[in-house]
Amino acid sequence: MSRISKTLEVLAKNQRKALVPYVTAGDPTIKMSLSIMQTLVKAGADMIELGMPFTDPMAEGPVIQHAHERSLANGTKLRDIFAVVREFRKADDKTPVILMGYLNPIEVMGYDNFANAAARAGVDGVLVVDMPPEEGEALSLHLQQQQLDPIYLISPTTTTQRLALVKKYGRGYHYYVSLKGITGSGKLDTDDVAEHLKSIGEHLSLPICVGFGIRDAESAAAIAKIADGVVIGSALIARMEQFNQDDTALLAEVEHFMSDIRSAL
Amino acid sequence: MSNIEYHTQMPDDGGHFGPYGGKFVAETLMKPLSDLQQAYTDCRQDQTFFAEFQQDLKHYVGRPTPLYFAERLTKHVGGAKIYLKREDLTHTGAHKINNTIGQALLAKRMGKTRIIAETGAGQHGVATATVAARLGLECVVYMGTQDIARQAINVYRMKLLGATVVPVDSGSKTLKDALNEALRDWVTNVDDTFYILGTVAGPHPYPQMVRDFQAVIGYEAKEQLLELENRLPDLLIACVGGGSNAIGLFYPFLDDEDVAMVGVEAGGKGIDTGLHAAPLCVGKTGVLHGNRTYLMCDEEGQINATHSISAGLDYPGVGPEHALLKDVARVKYTNVNDEEALAAFHDLTHIEGIMPALESSHAIAYANKIAATMDKEQIIIVNLSGRGDKDIHTVAEIDGIKV
Repeated sequence: MSRISKTLEVLAKNQRKALVPYVTAGDPTIKMSLSIMQTLVKAGADMIELGMPFTDPMAEGPVIQHAHERSLANGTKLRDIFAVVREFRKADDKTPVILMGYLNPIEVMGYDNFANAAARAGVDGVLVVDMPPEEGEALSLHLQQQQLDPIYLISPTTTTQRLALVKKYGRGYHYYVSLKGITGSGKLDTDDVAEHLKSIGEHLSLPICVGFGIRDAESAAAIAKIADGVVIGSALIARMEQFNQDDTALLAEVEHFMSDIRSAL
Repeated sequence: MSNIEYHTQMPDDGGHFGPYGGKFVAETLMKPLSDLQQAYTDCRQDQTFFAEFQQDLKHYVGRPTPLYFAERLTKHVGGAKIYLKREDLTHTGAHKINNTIGQALLAKRMGKTRIIAETGAGQHGVATATVAARLGLECVVYMGTQDIARQAINVYRMKLLGATVVPVDSGSKTLKDALNEALRDWVTNVDDTFYILGTVAGPHPYPQMVRDFQAVIGYEAKEQLLELENRLPDLLIACVGGGSNAIGLFYPFLDDEDVAMVGVEAGGKGIDTGLHAAPLCVGKTGVLHGNRTYLMCDEEGQINATHSISAGLDYPGVGPEHALLKDVARVKYTNVNDEEALAAFHDLTHIEGIMPALESSHAIAYANKIAATMDKEQIIIVNLSGRGDKDIHTVAEIDGIKV
């Protein structure tokens, strides 16, 4: 059983919901990424989504776009991200790490090389935003060969018919996009999410984590009532942004914000 | 390189041209894309849709556009006969209107009330704002701030037409960033919004749909040349940014084996400098903006900033059908640099009294070069995809003149 599945199983047994923060690797620096990940775990994160920066992140709102830009300006490369995960794994063999990004850097590295390097570094899952299951068979098979979980998105516009494809290739958990929009959008409608999750749940068996538009303890708690996990990205990064020049203050803010949310779940 | 053969019935149901094309978008856009695909498939089989399209092309756009024998230019160059397909004479001044007319009809059929588009040079933005005005639909056009600065006339035209022009200040501030922003808008407003994509790139069904709407260029040119010369051309030449005017001219000739074709990319300051927009000439394959194709990106897969004197060619990707046509060597792709394009702009203006867009000037520049090496009996058709009025400020600035 994968580290992701094990983590989610234990949480479910204890009737707890997964707290899944998203941060972009290399923002504000690649050196800080390790400390940020460790702080997230300390503050109660159950899994970490680690963003791989891309020049053209078409599903991201301004906050995460800027995080990608900062990271690329620092020269962050895929091998730096693998190195961070490897360092993280030395002290933490429990917390799953999911790489999240766009397909082109993976295509250019080669599916086989990417899956190999990710597995060796201690990555557990990979979510490629611009790769729907229709285009995902080859990469998913490469990932599965390395015991990595391919994570797929489900959105309010996903048809029942297409859930079969998500089910076929998806492993670990499904990521439900809570709204029609980009990351960090402000129009979260919990009732709408609940309704969709109910009908999706009839077709899928993996746990479902919900992301996009969750900004604080209150919205996180509302989503946690209806989903297996809560993903928080833009709201976290918006807070981190204010302390880009001050590592200590940044880590303190990360811990404070995530602890708040943890206690609300 | 792929071993697959090209055929004109491509793409497949998933939008694939061999290894290229496809639908590489975030999950939320899969449904609107499949709705669009369904609506377009229905229209393709519907005689009344294409009859309406033809009517609009005739009475609103002003088609057929002339196929003009550039006699003075031919003499000047001293070689093959050069014919110009005069897309610059369409309503709004570029081939872009052919596609926006088609997609607007589709938007109307699908009951969408809001139109969005991306634009580089502003020609597609103007063509979109035009059809939106005509249908009384809200229109939002995304445009990079660098392009807004160099295409001020078109920005104002769009505003006069009632469109909202949204400046895009992210990334390289050009066409690719405008496309990202348009996709972000669409994902947020999928229910009421129709995205009129301007080129043969993007996710399926855009590369197919835009090709079909632009193919009128080649069908007309073929008929016109048969009438004028009673034969097919030896060579077709068109500039390639995303590749819509090129595929429009090429597509109806692809099964005519004796017709050679050359797509001319933007060589910018020279291929060696890295400052260009020529993915088919020097790029590698990858995925951007919903399709797999040739791209300009670095070893990490990050998309490179591009450079071209012409905003409409300033794009790091290219339509997937072109990618396959390159691999199977049915079309040859080359490039022309800024300086050569600018010289061709002046040449055509002086010699024929026709001011070409800087994009089209790339095709003219290559035609001038290659025609000189060809036999006098041979015939070239160049797609004069747009008129140059919009580029007057760029040209004047280079000449040190304040307009």
